Amino acid sequence: MSNQITIKVNGKSYTREVEGRTLLASFLREDLSLTGTHIGCDTSGCGACTVLLDGKAVKSCTILAVQADGATVKTIEGMAENGNLHPLQASFKEKHGLQCGFCTPGMIMVASDFLASNPKPNEQEIRESLEGNFCRCTGYHNIVLAIKDAADTMSA
Amino acid sequence: MIPASFEYKKATSVQEAISMLGSEDKILAGGHSLIPAMKLRLNMPTGLVDISKIESLKEIRDNEKSISIGAGVSHATIANNPEISKHMPMISEAASMIGDIQVRNVGTIGGSIAHADPSADWPGVLLASDATVVIANAEGSREVDIDQFFTGFFETALQDNEIITHVRIPKTAANANSCYVKFVQPASRFAIVGCAAAVEKVNGSVKSIRVAFNGVGDNAYRATGIENALKDQKLSAENIGSAASHATDGIDVMDDHFASENYRSHLASVFAKRALSRL
Ligand SMILES: Cc1cc2nc3c(=O)[nH]c(=O)nc-3n(C[C@H](O)[C@H](O)[C@H](O)COP(=O)(O)OP(=O)(O)OC[C@H]3O[C@@H](n4cnc5c(N)ncnc54)[C@H](O)[C@@H]3O)c2cc1C
Ligand code: FES
Ligand code: FES
Repeated sequence: MSNQITIKVNGKSYTREVEGRTLLASFLREDLSLTGTHIGCDTSGCGACTVLLDGKAVKSCTILAVQADGATVKTIEGMAENGNLHPLQASFKEKHGLQCGFCTPGMIMVASDFLASNPKPNEQEIRESLEGNFCRCTGYHNIVLAIKDAADTMSA
Repeated sequence: MIPASFEYKKATSVQEAISMLGSEDKILAGGHSLIPAMKLRLNMPTGLVDISKIESLKEIRDNEKSISIGAGVSHATIANNPEISKHMPMISEAASMIGDIQVRNVGTIGGSIAHADPSADWPGVLLASDATVVIANAEGSREVDIDQFFTGFFETALQDNEIITHVRIPKTAANANSCYVKFVQPASRFAIVGCAAAVEKVNGSVKSIRVAFNGVGDNAYRATGIENALKDQKLSAENIGSAASHATDGIDVMDDHFASENYRSHLASVFAKRALSRL
């Protein structure tokens, strides 16, 4: 039971045949080879699979690829522009916001949605914005610092 | 984890969706309850009728005496609506406490009440708000008072082949003076105990009051014991304290690995006090 879908991912349009049950996370990783989007829990809990769907952060392990037909998707691979890291990426690097890096793409994607609606957040708001994202390494502290640092850069 | 195979059908109108629904099919809205269940193969529909692209289900309408929220409106959109926050603050508070940013961007109010998870936030909050659920079917549409909507554990008054189109919430004085508090399960943010309260006061005394809980029993319920104890009374700390002891009157309180029956009952009265002290 195949469906034809067209999705614009990181500025490039792709048309593919997918089964109804194909999840957006698997579509990105397996059909488009965009493996920056990680699958951690596969049960909507950890946020590692977060991407932007029409500008909004979503857990791509819990969205069907067919539901994204006609939509615009941004993944971690689309954050850097012309070889320059996105301010969030630069701040995660600068502030040691990652150790193993598994959670990092999801953290950066949710932070980019969050900062779009709250460009000058306080520490508590940043911590709350990470409710849907788990990190098993850092203890979150440097992730919060990195997001604050990026917010300062982006709103400067 | 991959769901069992199914046929995907995209609907562009409510009537089209109703006509597409086969006997073993399910409606797909945000998918944030359904897809996890399908991945675990707790649910294996033969087809999914996707209503998430139906524009008419995504409207919030401000009527003179009520606000209608389309079934397909996301929790995030509700949380950010200024009219809702002005006329019914508990609705905004509940919306902003659901899950996390990603869940709020996708999950819908219609999907939540159709699913009727006893630990979800909307059931208790809509009970406290005296809402009406508007449902479309092949014959046309019907309305169900929220007090008759939740009928049991994950059970509602919805029939097969029916679609919730919107919920209508009255702009009452009680809803303008309302709030929602919850004790969260820290991983999912579902309610271990959630208490919604709406109180209209005249000259400092309670004229009308609705208090409801989710997370506590097999389904969300109105705490009529608390309501009756406070009617025509002042919301003093003493009155609130004694009324709150009726939080679980007549309720078979859930007991699970998050909270024992005793602890949950205790939390229910604590959260009733917290909600009522704010009003
Ligand atoms: C990680 C995580 C955390 C969460 N935390 C919370 C929380 O803290 N509080 C909370 O309340 N919820 C929480 N949820 C649940 C979330 O709010 C769901 O989105 C919601 O319960 C279901 O809405 P949906 O649009 O995703 O529905 P779907 O999953 O698409 O559908 C759910 C059910 O309702 C039916 N349905 C959907 N729309 C309609 C309609 N219009 N008419 C008739 N039937 C319909 C479907 O057929 C299905 O049976 C969480 C979910 C996740 C994944
Ligand atoms: S992999 Fe999607 S939330 Fe964990
Ligand atoms: S850096 Fe390892 S999980 Fe976050």
